Amino acid sequence: MALLDRTARGLLLGELMAGMAVTLRYFFRPKATINYPYEKGPISPRFKGEHALRRYPSGEERCIACKLCEAICPAQAITIEAEPRADGSRRATRYDIDMTKCIYCDLCEEACPVDAIVQGPNFEFATETREELMYDKEKLLSNGDRWEAEISRRLELDEPYR
Amino acid sequence: MIATVGFYVFAVILLASATMVVTARNPVHSVLFLILAFFNAAALFLLAGAEFLALILVIVYVGAVAVLFLFVVMMLDVNFAEMREGLQRYAPVGLVVGLILLSELALVLGGWHFAPGAIELRMVPTPRGLTNTAALGAILYTRYILLFQIAGLILLVAMIGAIVLTLRDRRAVRRQTIAVQNARQPADTVAMVKVPLGAGISEIAVLNRPAPAEADPEAMHGGSHARLHAAERH
Amino acid sequence: MNFLFHTIAGGIILAFLKALALLVPLLIGVAYLTYAERKVLAAMQLRKGPNVVGTFGLLQPFADAIKLLMKETIIPAGANRLLFILAPILTFGLAILAWAVIPVNNGWANANINVGILYLFAISSLGVYGVIIAGWASNSKYAFLGALRSAAQMVSYEVAMGFVIVSVLLCAGSLNLNDIVLAQRNVWFFIPLFPMFVVFFISALAETNRSPFDLPEGESEIVAGFMVEYSSMPYALFFMGEYASMFLMSALMTILFLGGWLSPLPFAPFTWLPGPLWFLIKILLCLFVFLWVRATFPRYRYDQLMRLGWKVFLPLSLGWLVLTAGVLIATGWLPHVS
Repeated sequence: MALLDRTARGLLLGELMAGMAVTLRYFFRPKATINYPYEKGPISPRFKGEHALRRYPSGEERCIACKLCEAICPAQAITIEAEPRADGSRRATRYDIDMTKCIYCDLCEEACPVDAIVQGPNFEFATETREELMYDKEKLLSNGDRWEAEISRRLELDEPYR
Repeated sequence: MIATVGFYVFAVILLASATMVVTARNPVHSVLFLILAFFNAAALFLLAGAEFLALILVIVYVGAVAVLFLFVVMMLDVNFAEMREGLQRYAPVGLVVGLILLSELALVLGGWHFAPGAIELRMVPTPRGLTNTAALGAILYTRYILLFQIAGLILLVAMIGAIVLTLRDRRAVRRQTIAVQNARQPADTVAMVKVPLGAGISEIAVLNRPAPAEADPEAMHGGSHARLHAAERH
Repeated sequence: MNFLFHTIAGGIILAFLKALALLVPLLIGVAYLTYAERKVLAAMQLRKGPNVVGTFGLLQPFADAIKLLMKETIIPAGANRLLFILAPILTFGLAILAWAVIPVNNGWANANINVGILYLFAISSLGVYGVIIAGWASNSKYAFLGALRSAAQMVSYEVAMGFVIVSVLLCAGSLNLNDIVLAQRNVWFFIPLFPMFVVFFISALAETNRSPFDLPEGESEIVAGFMVEYSSMPYALFFMGEYASMFLMSALMTILFLGGWLSPLPFAPFTWLPGPLWFLIKILLCLFVFLWVRATFPRYRYDQLMRLGWKVFLPLSLGWLVLTAGVLIATGWLPHVS
C-alpha cells in the first residue's frame, strides 16, 4: 500500500507542485527590496561610519592631541602632530586619517577621553580619487560641524550602553 | 520555371558540398558539409513533392545522426591526413565501386525513362487527393508491413548488440537508487529525543536503541550520515 | 513574362510583409520576455527586479540591447572564426524560422503546410547545432563541455518529445498544425493526454536548455558553457535565440495541447476575445510556468538528467502512445485520415 501511495504521489508530481506553490506564494508577498538612493535602511545609533572631529558648544575644538587614538588604531591610520598653541593649550597641528587604511573598528572613539573623534552615521563618502580619502584635520572638523546634530543625538541614545 | 532553377541550385550545392565532405582538411568541416548536403537533398525531395521524406531526412539524419558524427569527430582526434595517405592505394577499388553505382543509377534512370506511365508518376508522385504522409503510411503499413517490421527488428538487434558489447557490471561504482531515496520516510531516519539536562551523549537512549528497520550496528554509530548510506545499500 | 514578374514580385513582397507582421511582435515579445523573466524571478525571491530604466523598468530590455550592441565582438585566439560567428546566427535564425508554420488563428499561418509539425520538430532538432558549433569553435574547454552536454541532452529529450507528438497526432489525425488545433474543438488534448502534456513540458524545458535543465550553460560550474567566449552581438543573438525558442515551445504546447486559438468554452463571454488573443494568453501562461519552474527548482545533475530522459520519459511516452492507439482503435475514435 505504501508503495502504491508513493508511486501515485511520484506520478502526480506532488513534491514538485508543493515546491512551486511555495514560490507562487512568495510571488505575491511584499518585496524586501529597498530602493536605495531614494530609500535607506535604518541605521543603529552605534553605526560606525565616516569619522568626524567634534567641537565644544563654544566652538573650541575638543581634541587635545593626547594621541590615544593614534596609539590604539590597529590599522595605524591616524597620524597626529601636536604643539602648544599661542594661548598655551595643547592642540593638534596635524590630524590625519587615512580612510583607505581605516577598518572602521571605532576604537579611536572609545579611546578618546574628550569625545573628540567619533564615527558618525554617514556611509556615503565614496570618492573618485584615492587622495580624497586622506582626511586632514580641516576635513574632519568640517565633518564634525556638518553632522554635529546627528552625532550628539546618537551619542545620547547610545549613552546607556557605554 | 522557379522549380527548375531551384533544382539546379540545390543540386549544384549538393554536389559541391558532397565533394567538400571528401576533400575538406578539417574533419569537423567535413561533417558540417555533410549536413549541408543533407539539407540540399531534403530540398530536392521537397521539389519532387515528397515533403514527408524531406522532413524525415532532416529530422533523422541532420537532427540525430549527424549530431553523433559531429560528436565523435569533435571528441576523437581523428587524423584525416594520415588516413588520406591510403587514398592512392584504395583508389582503384573506390573507382570500381563508383562505376558499379553509376551503372546501377543509369539502369534505374533508363527504366524510369522508358517505362510506361513513368511520366505520369513523375508529375504526380502521390495519388491524387491524398497527402504525402498518408500515401506513404498506407503503403508502408499494408503492403510492406512485413519488411517494415523486419527492418525494425534488425535495428533492435543492432541496438541490443551494442548494449551487450558495452555493458559491464562494475561493482565498485556507487549508484544512486532514486526509488529507495524516495521511499525514505522521516520516521525511518529521524528520532526525536528528549534529552535530560546534563546527560552525556552516551546516556541518550537513541544510540542504544535497536534500529527501526534492519539493524546495522556500524551504521548506527555514524549518525544520520552513515544511516543514509545504509538506506541506500538496502 | 512581364505579368509573371509582377505576380512573383508581388508574392515576394506579400510574403515579406506577412513574415514581418509575425516577426516584429515576436522580437518585441522576446525583448519583454527577458524583462518578464527578471521581474518574475525577482518577485519570487522577494526582490523588485529592474525598475530604474523607464517606468517600472520597462525600457530595460532596450538598454540591455544597446549595451550589447556597443560592446566589442571578441573572437578568441585559436577560434574558428567563421563557425564562431555562424553559430549564434544559426541559433537565432532557427528559432525565428520555425515561426513560419505557427497558425495564430484559423488559417493565419505564413505557411500552412501539410507536415507543419514535422517541420517544427525538424527545426527544433537543429537547434543543437548552434550550441555544438559554438562550443567547438570557441576553442575553450568550458564551451566544449557545455556543447557536449547540450548535444546529449537535446538528442535524448527529442526522442520522448517525438513520441508525445505522435500521440497527439494520433488523436488529431493530421500533421497540419491548423488541423491539429481544429481537432481540439470538443476537448483540448491536454485533458485526455495529461501525462503527455507534462512530459512534453518537461522535455521542452530540456530542449530549450532552461532551468532546471540548464546544464549546457551551468553558470555555477562551467561558467556559461557554450556561451563563455561570446560577447556583444553574437551573445545577444544566443540570448534572443534562447528566448525565441522558449516562445516557440510555448506556442507548440498551445497548439498541441491547449487548443491553439480556440476559446476555453465555445460560448459568449469567452468567444468575445479574438482567436490570436487567446493564443497569446495561452503562450504567456506557458511562459510564466517556464519562469516559475526556473525560480523553483535547482539544476539537475547530468546523470539524473539522462536517467529522466531515457529511463522515465521514453518508456512512459512509448507506453502512453501504445495506450492511446489502443483506446482510439478500440473505441473507434481514430480520426479518419484523408
